[in-house]
Amino acid sequence: MRWINRHPGRAFAAFLMILPFVAVVLAYAIGSDIRRAENPADKLLPAPSQIVATAERLVTEGDRRSGRILFWDDTAASLKRLAIGVGIAASIGLISGLAIGLIPLIRAGLAGFTAVISMVPPLALLPILFITFGLGELSKVALIVIGITPFLIRDLSQRVIEIPSEQLIKAQTLGASSAVIALRVALPQIMPRLIQAVRLSLGPAWLFLIAAEAIAAENGLGYRIFLVRRYLAMDIILTYVAWITLLAFLMDWALRWLSNRLYPWVGEGGL
Amino acid sequence: MSFVAVRDLFQFYGPRPILEGVNIDVAEGEFISIVGASGCGKSTFLRLLLAQEQPTRGEISIAGAAPAREPGPDRGVVFQRYSVFPHMTVRDNLVAAEAFRKTRLGSLWGRAKAAAHERADETLARIGLSHVADQYPSALSGGMQQRLAIGQALAGRPRILLLDEPFGALDPGTRLAMHDFLQALRAETQMTVFMVTHDLSEGFKLGDRVLVFDKPRWDPQAPEAYGATITYDFDARNNGIPFQTIQEETNVLRPQ
Repeated sequence: MRWINRHPGRAFAAFLMILPFVAVVLAYAIGSDIRRAENPADKLLPAPSQIVATAERLVTEGDRRSGRILFWDDTAASLKRLAIGVGIAASIGLISGLAIGLIPLIRAGLAGFTAVISMVPPLALLPILFITFGLGELSKVALIVIGITPFLIRDLSQRVIEIPSEQLIKAQTLGASSAVIALRVALPQIMPRLIQAVRLSLGPAWLFLIAAEAIAAENGLGYRIFLVRRYLAMDIILTYVAWITLLAFLMDWALRWLSNRLYPWVGEGGL
Repeated sequence: MSFVAVRDLFQFYGPRPILEGVNIDVAEGEFISIVGASGCGKSTFLRLLLAQEQPTRGEISIAGAAPAREPGPDRGVVFQRYSVFPHMTVRDNLVAAEAFRKTRLGSLWGRAKAAAHERADETLARIGLSHVADQYPSALSGGMQQRLAIGQALAGRPRILLLDEPFGALDPGTRLAMHDFLQALRAETQMTVFMVTHDLSEGFKLGDRVLVFDKPRWDPQAPEAYGATITYDFDARNNGIPFQTIQEETNVLRPQ
């Protein structure tokens, strides 16, 4: 039987899914064991049990000076920056995408410009952002916005252009104005696309957030990781990395759930 | 004065002529079938009727109005595919026909919405789609989608209905059912219809007149040198049997 025709059963599929996770954890545990056999105080690969203990301490115990639990403070600060940045980028992307996709005059003016702008490496602009907006929240949010907006605009305008022209003609023969076509025909059809594009840009958004926090911040997940790096506190770094991964995964999952819930007509193949 | 008047219509795509010298008059309530080989300009002619494109020369006027510059509510259209809105339920697709025209933002609210829903449900009952009113078009069969598309186009109360191979993607049985559906609907509304079709028998069965598009001149060295025009205008009434109606007042006995 050909490999492309062999399908795993349910239990076997679940086993195969867990396998790589177990393999990674196992590989880490073995590596950590080997290093600690040589040097019990090894800092590079702390024992899994130590990471769990550190994680427990991080999420429950307050800071010695302020008494606040820094882990949750960092999470709140980072999520706030991420949410504002992605929210602004999504709004700009949606409106620009609709305008560029639907209105030839705007497309002629802006499509080429967006294509060029999206090639500017956002991290190269970070110094300019720090100089112009200062070291506060604004420059971090601005980096996320600058980083992912061009992609969102290009993706969404392309999706609007891909709406079959038959639908736009049909709407016109039903007496719809440009505004009605934008609001009632194009907008609802690209909303699931927007969610999809946001899901894809969450990765870059985290990247820009952590980069900005690493360079200049007073709190945040990225800030903490780069702070404790100085003490080679691998247990803290690994806890934070795992936490960021979990947050990103949950966001992705929630957006997919939301899209399926709000737009049940997608995924049935459409017309 | 004819209802739809096409005068000296020429359409070029770049230097390439597609249509040349198309002239035709259509009376109100006539069903016009348009047939011809692929690439003979019949779809171009339909797009010109729809005002989706502007002719290079000549003009089309409907009910004596000035030639349209963009598609509007006086023209209803059904395409082979993509004719209904996939993100609206079957009922909302019909309500949209009203809401798009009457409101600035395209949505009806409150009492107007309830009234539109009631009218949509009446239409749904007439086109036999009441049982799927709350489903999305992707859940419907091809025939049901096209029935919805026709119902939606008619809900806009157009002056003329344009059909671009509306039954081309349907299986033969469904196609026959759609013929009955369309004939019944037409008997009711007395709508002026233009239908492009690849199926000759369909064209003769449904049409009052069958227009054939073809190239009157043909250069084997340069097949694209000339455009197409209407080469035949058949009278397809009375089941398409060749038949001459005596129009003049004469003393000859008339066939009973």
